[in-house]
Amino acid sequence: MQLGIVKETRPEERRVAASPTVVAKWVKGGWEVAIERGAGDSASYPDSQYEAAGAAVVDRQVAWGADIVVKLRPPVMHPDGTCEADQMREGATLISYIFPAESPALLERLAVKKVTVLAMDQVPRISRAQKMDALSSMANIAGYRSVIEAANRFGSFFTGQITAAGKVRPAKVLIIGGGVAGLAALGCAKGMGAIVRAFDVRPSVEDQVKSLGGEFLTVKIAESGEGQGGYAKEMSKEFLEAEYALFREQAKDVDIVITTALIPGKPAPKLWFADMVELMKPGSVIVDLAAEKGGNCELTKPGEVIEHKGVTIVGYTDLASRMPHVASDLYGTNLLHFLDEMGGAAGHKIDHENDAVRPALVLEKGVKSWPPPPMKKAEAPVAPSIRPSAAPALAPAPVPVATKAKSHGHGAAAKPPSKTVGMVMAGIGIVAAIAFVALRYGKADALASESTRELLQHLTVFVMAIFVGFQVVWNVAPALHTPLMSVTNAISGIIVVGGLLGTRTDGVLHSSTIVAIAATLFATINIAGGFLVTRRMLAMFRK
Amino acid sequence: MSYFWNSQALINAAYLVAAVLFILSLRGLSSQETARRGNLYGVIGMVIAIAATITTNSVLGGKFHEGWMLAVFGGGVVGAFMAARVGMTQMPELVALLHSFVGLAAVLVGFSLDLFGDGSGGPPHLIHRVEIFIDVWIGAITTTGSVLAFAKLRGKLFGAKVSGTPLLLPARHMLNLSMLVGSIVCAYIYAKDGNQIGLQVGAAIAAVLGVHLVAAIGGADMPVVVSMLNSYSGWTAAAAGFMLGNDLLIITGALVGSSGAILSYIMCRAMNRSIWNVIFGGFGAAPPKAAAGGPAQPAGEVQEIDAAGLAERLKEAKSVVIVPGYGMAVGRAQHAVREMTEVLRNRGVNVRFAIHPVAGRLPGHMNVLLAEANVPYDIVLEMDEINSDLPETDVVMVIGANDIVNPAAEDDPTSPIAGMPVLQVWKAKLVIVNKRGRAAGYAGIDNPLFYKPVTKMLFGDAKDAVEKVVAALKA
Repeated sequence: MQLGIVKETRPEERRVAASPTVVAKWVKGGWEVAIERGAGDSASYPDSQYEAAGAAVVDRQVAWGADIVVKLRPPVMHPDGTCEADQMREGATLISYIFPAESPALLERLAVKKVTVLAMDQVPRISRAQKMDALSSMANIAGYRSVIEAANRFGSFFTGQITAAGKVRPAKVLIIGGGVAGLAALGCAKGMGAIVRAFDVRPSVEDQVKSLGGEFLTVKIAESGEGQGGYAKEMSKEFLEAEYALFREQAKDVDIVITTALIPGKPAPKLWFADMVELMKPGSVIVDLAAEKGGNCELTKPGEVIEHKGVTIVGYTDLASRMPHVASDLYGTNLLHFLDEMGGAAGHKIDHENDAVRPALVLEKGVKSWPPPPMKKAEAPVAPSIRPSAAPALAPAPVPVATKAKSHGHGAAAKPPSKTVGMVMAGIGIVAAIAFVALRYGKADALASESTRELLQHLTVFVMAIFVGFQVVWNVAPALHTPLMSVTNAISGIIVVGGLLGTRTDGVLHSSTIVAIAATLFATINIAGGFLVTRRMLAMFRK
Repeated sequence: MSYFWNSQALINAAYLVAAVLFILSLRGLSSQETARRGNLYGVIGMVIAIAATITTNSVLGGKFHEGWMLAVFGGGVVGAFMAARVGMTQMPELVALLHSFVGLAAVLVGFSLDLFGDGSGGPPHLIHRVEIFIDVWIGAITTTGSVLAFAKLRGKLFGAKVSGTPLLLPARHMLNLSMLVGSIVCAYIYAKDGNQIGLQVGAAIAAVLGVHLVAAIGGADMPVVVSMLNSYSGWTAAAAGFMLGNDLLIITGALVGSSGAILSYIMCRAMNRSIWNVIFGGFGAAPPKAAAGGPAQPAGEVQEIDAAGLAERLKEAKSVVIVPGYGMAVGRAQHAVREMTEVLRNRGVNVRFAIHPVAGRLPGHMNVLLAEANVPYDIVLEMDEINSDLPETDVVMVIGANDIVNPAAEDDPTSPIAGMPVLQVWKAKLVIVNKRGRAAGYAGIDNPLFYKPVTKMLFGDAKDAVEKVVAALKA
């Protein structure tokens, strides 16, 4: 299979879809890799390195003509309605960022070309797909870079110092939003010696913030901001007011503010208003990672750096692209895992049952297949973890998935072997049915059929009772096995009924009566012993 | 008035109420909070059932009241006396013995019904004969099986020593099969024309079968045996219900039977064993090594620790997990263990208990013992709950347990207990194993845990050793 890597054409885009390291792995995996001449130049990966890795350096047209074309940014639409992906062959596959919800025109154009499109931005945030989650990889880089940008424009140290020339207090950094980017920024700022605080509406982020050495700020209103897929959701008015009050207080104190708040499918929420900017000390820096979606800060100008009353506001939308070398490598690795997930070079196919791949499938041979149908086996979404490769000091913070794969023990987690039970029940049913038919239509003297009818009735009761027993006992706590056994023991002393009924007599002491009395005696020992010993045991359990 | 009280419909209604109460009783027993209420439901159900039975014509209308009254009273007193006297460590024996009483009662009821005949001097009807035979047969198996289980757990019967090791006759499966065939023949003889010899011989064969089935099982499988017998006693009652045409007996018997079966199944799964393997005497059959050469000889060097040394380590620990086993029960060390727990908890140590599903000789045995010693049940955890915490645990104390902490179950595919889930105590930072001596465990296999570098042995009687540790901790 041919794999074509094309050069990114957007201005200010310095990344490329794969590094030579990734290309070498593809070549080893059996892919025939072709890369557009000069594609990696801006990411400091010269053509010679790709050639050394086993790729063919080709012209633009050849790269676009591959079976599978990989790139980073969505294909650029030209004003005349054509698209850079028009050069693709019919039936070929494109893997890149697409943002299908925001680019219907692009989708239509691609559909005309009957290509298959997989959107890297639609890879689900489930733990299994983390290694293919390019958005998280890029957010990690952006988070790191945001601190570097801030430090670059901040007129003082991050770390506190006591020197012969006097004392320098450490910088105070406030990070809004504890997602991947926020946590990466937190780790980076902490590593540079600053005092770091992080705010998030999701209480579950607290541990992750603390694990990186940050101070966690939140609003004390009982409302969880936990939304779908590890993102936050929009909050109520009361909550927001309390949040803004907290921000105003912090604005007076902190030197650096890094905002990373995003809500999927919506413009970035405005939460750092002009008055908050004005409350900040001159020389402070705001880095707005949400600038591409309009910005969290009211004054942010996307793509620009502005100054407002002495406060610098960085609104770059290409922070990850500002570290093209590492970004290309990480994106390429995500692509590598994604292609491996689809079967590698030899077994490449699109498996609709694969819950990591299916959500990313936007077009299949020109047919729109986005948004994906809900997956059958839902996995609990995990808070995205940060890639340790870029920031070794950062603790990855995936939330453990709550489902237990296998349970050896018994108790609440145990599931009844419903299949076995069902089979046993079916067996009993069939036997009963055969018995019924045989007796109904076979030779039947009056007495026998009376007795059989009774027998069948009892059989029904018997089977029902077994079933009830299974249902009732299955979830017993292991600690109670002994009391359960002694209570069932006492209950099985119900045989006393048989003994009592057998004591019937007409005045003469029959042998049957004597035997029945003995039976009654033993059964009663059992009843009294069983219940009393259970009582004794249960009285001992205490919390 | 007397017509009203004797009405069969009212009695059936009472039986229904009793049956529902029994279901509620079992339901209640499934959690700690409702367990006591569950027991009470059982008592009420039983009282209703007995009262309703007594009011029937055949009992109250009979002429020999002293007989059953004496039996009920006598039985009640004996039962109460046994229940009050038994020590918590003897619980398995008591339960096994009580099972045999159910079986015996069922056998007696069956014979009684046979002797009673069809009410006019002749033998009972055909279907009733089949039912009587089944009742007596299952009852006899339960009786002798339970008596043997009792003897095995106690270690002796009427002064004679009874070994806990499985008895494996060479052709035991053939023997079982031939006994089954013999029983069917007897059933046919009895069912054909009510020949009582058939019933009696059938009962005798069942009695031998009961002994043989239980004799083939032993060692670590005793909890399963006890719960299997529990199940048998339920089926016995259900068979009696068929025999008497009594739905209450059928329902109750089926409830108990299925509950015992589930418990056995759960136990077997906890040991990663097939239930059939256990029922038909499998444990000893699996390991040819143990069968051929007897218990494996301990190999390797162990490191010892004394009570004072252990106390020092415990003082430094932040988290301690205690793994109790049968040795704690035998040594009656549960109170000493609780005292140690309290001392450590007062020092701020996080003390927890790890209970393996088959620790002890009865399902839930350890929980009962710890409860007796007033250990709060929220620090008593199951294997699955605690296994993942063990690597972060500072000190694990294994008190009188062996097979349930044997790493061979995971590492050595040839081990007889291979594949059985065990408590992974060897992952902790320090493991203390308290044992009386250097012998192999109950399953007769050596335990590589003892020779691991993280393991230190604290030899001595469990109670003695723990009390010394407590004294050292307080000093």
